[in-house]
Amino acid sequence: MTRVVPDIAPRPVRRRGTQAAAGRASGRGWTVLRPVLLAAGAVAFLFPFYYMLIGSLQAEPDTSPAGALPSTNLTLGNYRDINERVDLLQSLVNSGIFTGGVILGTVVFGVLAGYALARLRFRGRGTLFALVLLVQVVPFQLLLIPLYVLIVRSYGLADSYLGMILPFAINTTAVFVFRQFFLQLPDDLFAAARTDGAGEVRILWSIALPLVRPALLTAVLLTFIGPWNEFLWPFLITKQADMQPLAVSLANYMTNVAARTANPYGAILAGACVLAAPAVALFVAFQKHFTSTNIGSGVKG
Amino acid sequence: MTGPLSRDASRRGPQRWVAAVLGRHPVGAVLVAPYAAFLALVFAYPFGFAVWISFHDYFFTAPGVPVDRPFVGLANYTAVLSDPAVRQAFGNIIVFLLINVPLTTVLALLLATALNGAIRGRTFLRVAYYVPYVTASVAVVGVWLFLFNSGGLVNKLLGPLAPDPSWLVSEHLAMPTVAIYVAWKQLGFFILLYLAALQNVPNELYESAAVDGANRWQRFRSVTVPAVRPATTLVVIVATITGANMFTEPYLLTGGGGPNGASASPVLLMYQRGIEQGQPDVAAAIGVLLVIGVVTVSLINRRILERP
Repeated sequence: MTRVVPDIAPRPVRRRGTQAAAGRASGRGWTVLRPVLLAAGAVAFLFPFYYMLIGSLQAEPDTSPAGALPSTNLTLGNYRDINERVDLLQSLVNSGIFTGGVILGTVVFGVLAGYALARLRFRGRGTLFALVLLVQVVPFQLLLIPLYVLIVRSYGLADSYLGMILPFAINTTAVFVFRQFFLQLPDDLFAAARTDGAGEVRILWSIALPLVRPALLTAVLLTFIGPWNEFLWPFLITKQADMQPLAVSLANYMTNVAARTANPYGAILAGACVLAAPAVALFVAFQKHFTSTNIGSGVKG
Repeated sequence: MTGPLSRDASRRGPQRWVAAVLGRHPVGAVLVAPYAAFLALVFAYPFGFAVWISFHDYFFTAPGVPVDRPFVGLANYTAVLSDPAVRQAFGNIIVFLLINVPLTTVLALLLATALNGAIRGRTFLRVAYYVPYVTASVAVVGVWLFLFNSGGLVNKLLGPLAPDPSWLVSEHLAMPTVAIYVAWKQLGFFILLYLAALQNVPNELYESAAVDGANRWQRFRSVTVPAVRPATTLVVIVATITGANMFTEPYLLTGGGGPNGASASPVLLMYQRGIEQGQPDVAAAIGVLLVIGVVTVSLINRRILERP
């Protein structure tokens, strides 16, 4: 596609002139194409979110192109409707406890594991690291049936927060991020602290941890997406409506109830906005902690 | 000098012995213990259990009830492989991957290249691109249903060109629409991976290519694409794994893998057979076959992509 633009540019003679000019001419094509490509991407990614918001505010679903424009007869009625069918507050609390539990487990035990894997030499370290890599390969879906048998049938943890949290309690990607950040700290720092007689736990707590605080936030953000958006697992183990996270109660509304209501899309979109808002707000607010460098270092582990 | 040295040596005696058995920092084993226990309990044991279930006649019972669960060899696997619905689901996933993976890789690299370097509004664009990735699929599925239903905005805009039956209820279009949805949803994450890779491409490579008279497109082909090849391998493999394991999209977007199972995925069938119909052994066999398939495809992809 980049070639097309210089070809219609009315200066073919100059372009053939020198090699450098050829590079510059096609560079002009890119300077036109690049913003077009980026803008088209931004519209494609953002429009559905805008449409979600508009749709959630329409009393009657208007699917005509004009309906996509903000009009005056917008209402919060759909939010009232969805709240009558799905207890939004209780669902949000459930989502929050589920997500909070996973973040807590990941931050506490993941930091300890990441630090030990990066900085300490102990028996079994190699074996554990191989196991961590293996976990990345085994998809959660294979474990679905055995985990369902164990957690729901054997341990009786259906409809409980613990049952929801357990399979996600320590996020392995976050352990990788922690390990990577601890690895990047200078060796001298640790050598000096050890010479001074500091124990390993003290070194971790008062020297290493304050230095990796930005990584901590990145890892928390990364971990947040998992349980907040997770559908399959809580869907399997919660049957009681008052225990379901919002993703599950909204999905159940979509599949069971929506078809029988007057404005099904309005209520669905209102629920979708409530589910999407915390995640979107968090990532917009902390966007500088969620950049390619932070993520890249974690994934390359 | 000799005083402290000998004292040091005498103290090091038993310490060396401990170090030989437990490593230089035995406390490390204590720090990783919770994570190791978690991996054993939630991954290693269930992994073995899944394989075990798939070779036995397994059914749900109340806890503590002793029942006989005889070894049945490959019976669950033959049942799965002769089930037309399962075969259809695996076929669907192949169609899905053939559309989703190339689309994801090409668009992610193009957009990451465009986003790389100084440009006005870079932060805004970067955030815009990963917003779908950080949002719950359940939420965005809602708006896609609204956009792509038969009377939705997309069909209104297409007018007479709108497909009939519509996108999500057409046997031919349901799976491609799901593939495009997943590509759109996940693209932001892959753009981030490519952006990280692009930052490690040395600028001199572009400069010397420009001196040699290579235009933008030629530089992209001969410098960028080879330089980010490790990232491409990662993108292809991660996109394959996430795509092959999808559940939410066929469950909600096409109303349970419809129409007539045309968009059913293997994990959706695991749920239907295992949990809804109470055949965990059959579901476990589907899971094992799926993992074998995904690992095979990933290894082949890696071979092809890492070939010099």
